[in-house]
Amino acid sequence: MGGEAQPQQCGGLFASVFNSKHVQDFSVSTLTSQNTPVLNADEIQEVLQRLAGEIIHNKVNFDQLVLVGIQRGGVHLAERLSRILSEKFSRQIPVGRLDVNMYRDDLGQRAAPPVHPTSIPFDITGKAVVLVDDVLFKGRTVRAAMDALNDFGRPRCIELAVLIDRGHRELPIRADFVGKSVTTGPCDKVDVRLREDGDAEGVYLVCA
Amino acid sequence: MIWNRKHLLDIESLSPEEITLVLDTARAFKAVGERAIKKVPALRGKTVINLFVEPSTRTRISFELAATRLTADIVNFSAEISSLRKGETLKDTARNLEALNADIIIIRHSAAGAPQFLSRVLNACVVNAGDGAHEHPTQALLDAFTIREKRGKLDGLNVTILGDILYSRVARSNIWALTKLGANVTLCGPPTLVPKVFEQMGCRVVYDVNEAIEGADIINLLRIQHERQRKSMFPSLGEYTALFGLNKERMARTKPDVIIMHPGPINRGVEIDSDVADCSRSVILEQVTNGLAVRMAVLFLVNGGKGPHEISGN
Repeated sequence: MGGEAQPQQCGGLFASVFNSKHVQDFSVSTLTSQNTPVLNADEIQEVLQRLAGEIIHNKVNFDQLVLVGIQRGGVHLAERLSRILSEKFSRQIPVGRLDVNMYRDDLGQRAAPPVHPTSIPFDITGKAVVLVDDVLFKGRTVRAAMDALNDFGRPRCIELAVLIDRGHRELPIRADFVGKSVTTGPCDKVDVRLREDGDAEGVYLVCA
Repeated sequence: MIWNRKHLLDIESLSPEEITLVLDTARAFKAVGERAIKKVPALRGKTVINLFVEPSTRTRISFELAATRLTADIVNFSAEISSLRKGETLKDTARNLEALNADIIIIRHSAAGAPQFLSRVLNACVVNAGDGAHEHPTQALLDAFTIREKRGKLDGLNVTILGDILYSRVARSNIWALTKLGANVTLCGPPTLVPKVFEQMGCRVVYDVNEAIEGADIINLLRIQHERQRKSMFPSLGEYTALFGLNKERMARTKPDVIIMHPGPINRGVEIDSDVADCSRSVILEQVTNGLAVRMAVLFLVNGGKGPHEISGN
């Protein structure tokens, strides 16, 4: 919970008290490097266990459950959730990987984002899809993901599971399963580092 | 690595990282072609113009399909039926197309440098689809993509380009791409078509076909470009076939896992024997499939070129 109040203070304090260019540069260089821990490795695993439990609790039609992770962090989390769920039900829960960048609403207004392969090796028609992403922010990635899924079939329903909900939605989208809600400033960054990418695992809030 | 080019004019000016980014992006777009719905909305509402001042079928169709699969609107413009015939300059033609709000102009022209020229006088993105004997960047990218897909990498591979090098924009673009990605390039063909000066591009130049193909991991065959030769550069096609054509006997000297490539159109019985063209080592048709993916990637990347880098959020 350490990251909740601090970020708003950072820029505000320095910007209002000091006005010289020199001091503002100083504030940027010291404060952007300040990472407030949000979740450590053990807490991430605990949160995933809880999310798996909630998915089981909510799924009337568990036989039809499939997970689709959004590239890249969401894919790792979907695979971990699948392992937890598969153990509990001795049935392999299929995982697809979805890259939404071909479906973004800001292409042409920005440099082309890196596109990773999409691979959904099963038919999603009639399935109960749980989309998995690491951070829910403006909701635009999720909108793009729903558009993309549409091109693969017609699921019975789509639900959303996220590790971190950081607020600031720009679209009428909410998550069905939330690992942790974090209060952030609009320009802050939530840095999710996962061991699958070779990082020391942890979630950090980086103040703008 | 962020792509920040508005145009794709050549391979020469690209960094190895930029080339690798195109290949990585193309991998994702290849998967789109394997889906039931082979279309993504990445270029929705954009207008793409195929400005082919020099005739072409396969490259034009490949770009046309690439733009269509990205949901762009595409207009084909061919020189034979156009106002270029009536004396309009290339600049005026292109400006007229831009006045129709074209976002991307794909140009093929018999004059080297035509795409560079257009990129200076237009606001639209310009993609070079072949300019004279200068460059054919998307062909080199699709060749590199195919090699990487087959072998996992290019670094350290021996690639032999066999045929008409002098008049070939495919050869030039390939040499740039391959050497930048760390492959060892050998050029072979009649001395009149493979001048020693190509050694300055970092290639080995040999005139004995057996020496060129032994030890090669990849053999890329190029067509003899009759249309670009001002005078006869070798005695006859028959002699070319006898000295440089890839046939069964020569295949027996190559590595067992050699890959045979050809940008097409192939002349069966001239630079390549029919049974070699159809053998299991030949990836000529896969090159066509990969060409579509690479061109989708290129259109996708230039469309975002010079835009802000910041992602607008999760």
